[in-house]
Amino acid sequence: MTVNVSMNVNGKTVSADVEDRTLLVTYLRENQRLTGTHVGCDTSQCGACVVHVNGKSIKSCTMLAVQAAGAEVSTIEGVANGDELHPMQEAFRDNHGLQCGFCTPGMVMSALDLVKTNPDPSETEVREWLEGNLCRCTGYHNIVKSILAGAKAMRGA
Amino acid sequence: MYAFKYTQVGSVDDAVKAAGSADDAKYVAGGMTLLPTMKQRLASPSDLIDLGGVSQIKGIRKDGNNIVIGAMTTHAEVASSPDVRSAIPALASLADGIGDPQVRNRGTIGGSVANADPAADYPAAVVGLGATVHTNKRTIGGDQFFTDMFETALEEGELITAISFPIPSKAAYTKFPNPASRYAIVGVMVAQAADGVRVAVTGAGPKVFRQGDMEAALKSNFTADAIKGVKVSADGLNADIHAGADYRAHLVGVMAGRAVSAC
Repeated sequence: MTVNVSMNVNGKTVSADVEDRTLLVTYLRENQRLTGTHVGCDTSQCGACVVHVNGKSIKSCTMLAVQAAGAEVSTIEGVANGDELHPMQEAFRDNHGLQCGFCTPGMVMSALDLVKTNPDPSETEVREWLEGNLCRCTGYHNIVKSILAGAKAMRGA
Repeated sequence: MYAFKYTQVGSVDDAVKAAGSADDAKYVAGGMTLLPTMKQRLASPSDLIDLGGVSQIKGIRKDGNNIVIGAMTTHAEVASSPDVRSAIPALASLADGIGDPQVRNRGTIGGSVANADPAADYPAAVVGLGATVHTNKRTIGGDQFFTDMFETALEEGELITAISFPIPSKAAYTKFPNPASRYAIVGVMVAQAADGVRVAVTGAGPKVFRQGDMEAALKSNFTADAIKGVKVSADGLNADIHAGADYRAHLVGVMAGRAVSAC
């Protein structure tokens, strides 16, 4: 079955004809050419595909595109303000929060969801929150540092 | 995954009707197990009936001495609900320990309970708290609901609408999680419920079960010491690369002891 799926991605209404079985991550990457959202494990474990749907972080490899029809979706491409990095992205750069960079979009999107409900997380809370995001360079220490610094910058502290 | 026909419905009646008229339909709640299973081609339903738009079975309410949770309520919503946190904190913390934050934002209590994964957390709450499962047709006692590995008392097309948890005087859930998946290698819910002491074990066997010897020991003396001497048999327990049956049997005692101490 082919179906026309429209949604709002990063503030812009987009649409595409896809199959019922098309995953949201495939829709974003292949139909919308937003390749910042990655497919790592494709089994909802690694978190490289994390995007926000209606304000909540989810794994886009485990959601159908049709399930996001009409939703507000934000991806890593919508985070920066033009050429100016978001404070959370800036914090990842400042703290060497990435090595190969593959997991980074998911890490940043996940971190932004954490900070939304918990603007001043403890290191433990950050580590617990990252349960669903894997970094195979094992660079967790600097990722945690980056998120703490990013949260602080977002608080304006 | 194999192709299927997707249908979104707005009510329980429409969901049941849509499922009934399809060849081989499956309801999808949060999809946290079903979609990965379909991706692996281990399931190939002809139709997916998406319950995401059925708002009548979402939400949490306190009804007398019960917390009633709609089937489509997410784990994150259960974990953060002020009603659940004040009435049954053990249930809120159980929900907060499922998978990871993104899974908790999609996965639902109804989906988890209907799926009846032997290592899932919610079955321990349904049995350990003496909950009642409400469906579109009837109510099913928690003790009767889980019948085998991935098998429940639900009939073809029957849909869970809510789960009602009697508020216990105290309860705690402790699990030894698989470090990768966070599924319970062994998880134990201990409760002093209205109908007596309950000890429900998930992860250890093919389905959630009550540990009667521990319940008897705790009845007269609700302390971790009271169950120290209780022998847990490894017969019939699960064994896999993560833990052997004897290790799981040992963990039942350890987790139960910790849960009692945490009550």
